[in-house]
Amino acid sequence: MAGLHKSEFKNPVVNWIDTRMPVFTMMNKEYAVFPTPKNFNYFWNFGALATVTLMVMIATGIFLAMNYTPDSTMAFDSVERIMRDVNYGWLLRYAHANGASMFFIVVYIHIFRGLYYGSYKTPRELLWMIGVVILLLMMATAFMGYVLPWGQMSFWGATVITNLFSAFPLVGNAIVTWLWGGFAVGDPTLHRFFSLHYLLPFVLVGVVFFHVIALHITGSNNPLGIDVKSPQDTLPFHPYYTIKDSVGLCVFFMVWALFVFFAPNFFGDPDNYIPANPLQTPSEIVPEWYFLPYYAILRSVPNKLGGVCMMFGSILVLFVLPWLDTSPVRSAKFRPIYRGLFWVHVLACIALGFVGAHRPEGLWVVLGRVATTYYFLHFLVLLPIIGKLERPLPLPESISRPVVPRGGGPLPGGATAKPMEKP
Amino acid sequence: MSVTAPTHGSGHPHGVDQGKRDFLKLVTGSAAVIGVGAIAWPLIDSMNPSADVLALSSVEVDLTPVPEGQGITVAWRGKPIFVRHRTAKETKEAEDVKLSELIEPQPDSDRVKPGHSQWIVVIGICTHLGCIPLGNKPTDPRGDWGGWFCPCHGSQYDTSGRVRHGPAPLNLYLPPYAFESDSKIKIG
Ligand code: HEM
Ligand code: FES
Repeated sequence: MAGLHKSEFKNPVVNWIDTRMPVFTMMNKEYAVFPTPKNFNYFWNFGALATVTLMVMIATGIFLAMNYTPDSTMAFDSVERIMRDVNYGWLLRYAHANGASMFFIVVYIHIFRGLYYGSYKTPRELLWMIGVVILLLMMATAFMGYVLPWGQMSFWGATVITNLFSAFPLVGNAIVTWLWGGFAVGDPTLHRFFSLHYLLPFVLVGVVFFHVIALHITGSNNPLGIDVKSPQDTLPFHPYYTIKDSVGLCVFFMVWALFVFFAPNFFGDPDNYIPANPLQTPSEIVPEWYFLPYYAILRSVPNKLGGVCMMFGSILVLFVLPWLDTSPVRSAKFRPIYRGLFWVHVLACIALGFVGAHRPEGLWVVLGRVATTYYFLHFLVLLPIIGKLERPLPLPESISRPVVPRGGGPLPGGATAKPMEKP
Repeated sequence: MSVTAPTHGSGHPHGVDQGKRDFLKLVTGSAAVIGVGAIAWPLIDSMNPSADVLALSSVEVDLTPVPEGQGITVAWRGKPIFVRHRTAKETKEAEDVKLSELIEPQPDSDRVKPGHSQWIVVIGICTHLGCIPLGNKPTDPRGDWGGWFCPCHGSQYDTSGRVRHGPAPLNLYLPPYAFESDSKIKIG
């Protein structure tokens, strides 16, 4: 029969469905037998961790929304009611609030993993760019979520961030008024932020889906950064990596739980337990920690429009990274100069984080400018140049070679040592 | 999984200790199920009535302003409670009914508090599909048995709140309540 799928599943019900809609074949192909490089380290857990975090955020968010009221006169009290009166409301809220921090920790590690092992290089450019879109969507989602409890930080954070758009010449003020739905952050702003905060995570699910499609076409990168050359270089995803991911997931949940149960307000700002007051700004406005580096870049530039452009530019530059890095070698393991620069870049980002948390005075200003300069220098100047100058270390012949001593064959205990096959 | 025999690198293809492997799968699987259950329970329980909803669960009602033959409606947990001051004739009718005539037989004495038989207190929700029966206001129709009449599908209740004419299958429910004094009750 034309068009029907020839299913290999034995279970008659599964086979019947699979013949008409081959989702079982697809899941089997993409998540069970999917050939995966056999030399992953634990940094390859973080994509799975991010996916699970997104699902937990959606689940806790949906249940929070059942008790949350997006109205400027009631939002703060509704969150307090969640904390005090709703069964396990405190748990839902703390899991969600700390989950946002966990999400960013996981995704930042995931991104730096990609930077270190060259996962953005051909043929994975599109996969990488979709990842940058995910980062932007996450930031928008988290920013609007933080406004919802309608405390002092919510209100003034929203005011400061939306005012960034006023830097654009001519249309700036019109854009800001449009974002607010009024002439200051207020009730209309809160309503639309809640609507979008509910929407964007589902958009994220869709974009993550594209991310995974792209991944499964190119296949995963690996710590050596060299291509898979034969089936001996791979393992089926299940059970090898389902188990490895599960181990990481258990550890990750323990860390998350540690914060939820023992330091639930560690990442939070005490000012956000004061109801929003449009007539009084708190003495110090600090964004959530995951926005601090961008905030530092913004304040390091003495010009308003320049600062805003540099801040957005610090993320947009990631879109063109695959074409800025001219070295054909992926893994920093074999790039002695890049490896050094990578760590300088990590330091610069951490420094920017600290700068963002302090008043722009004295040494902090200097440090902020140095780190900002390095950030852009790294991507725009150093990467294009050292790709040409650097002499990479000799690359291994295949993934199997350094993993299995005098390698080439299947894992120890394998029945037959097959000769190298071409895929 | 029926088609997932990995073609290479699968560890020990011969001499697998199947019993041990099944045991490990069972333990891992159960731990995962318990874990997911433990995470799901707080989500589910958050939909149950919250502490502030439960805190509204008792009300006091002053009976002095209710004249004989009339009733009032008070809200308890978001539901209407009918409090009716029966006339001596109505009370006697409710007490004298033959139980065999009733759809859900129950003596009137089981539905009022001893010593306060002139007061009938019921949850004002029709046991058919949940409408609020008429009859608590003097201008309302009270049906052929002088109690309440449900406008939705025509159920009728007597002065003890017992169903006398379908489609409702059961008598009006009684809320938990007690007399705090002769002229005051506490519901809930
Ligand atoms: C990408 C996933 C998500 C992220 C990063 C995120 C982030 C946040 C953040 C940072 C807060 C403020 C927490 C606080 O300080 O109280 C928040 C609050 C909130 N979020 Fe989300 N969220 C996500 C998904 C969702 C979803 C899918 C929903 C609803 C369907 C939701 C509903 C809420 C509600 C109702 C609040 C206000 C209650 C509260 O403040 O805890 N969130 N979110
Ligand atoms: S609901 Fe009262 S008769 Fe149907």
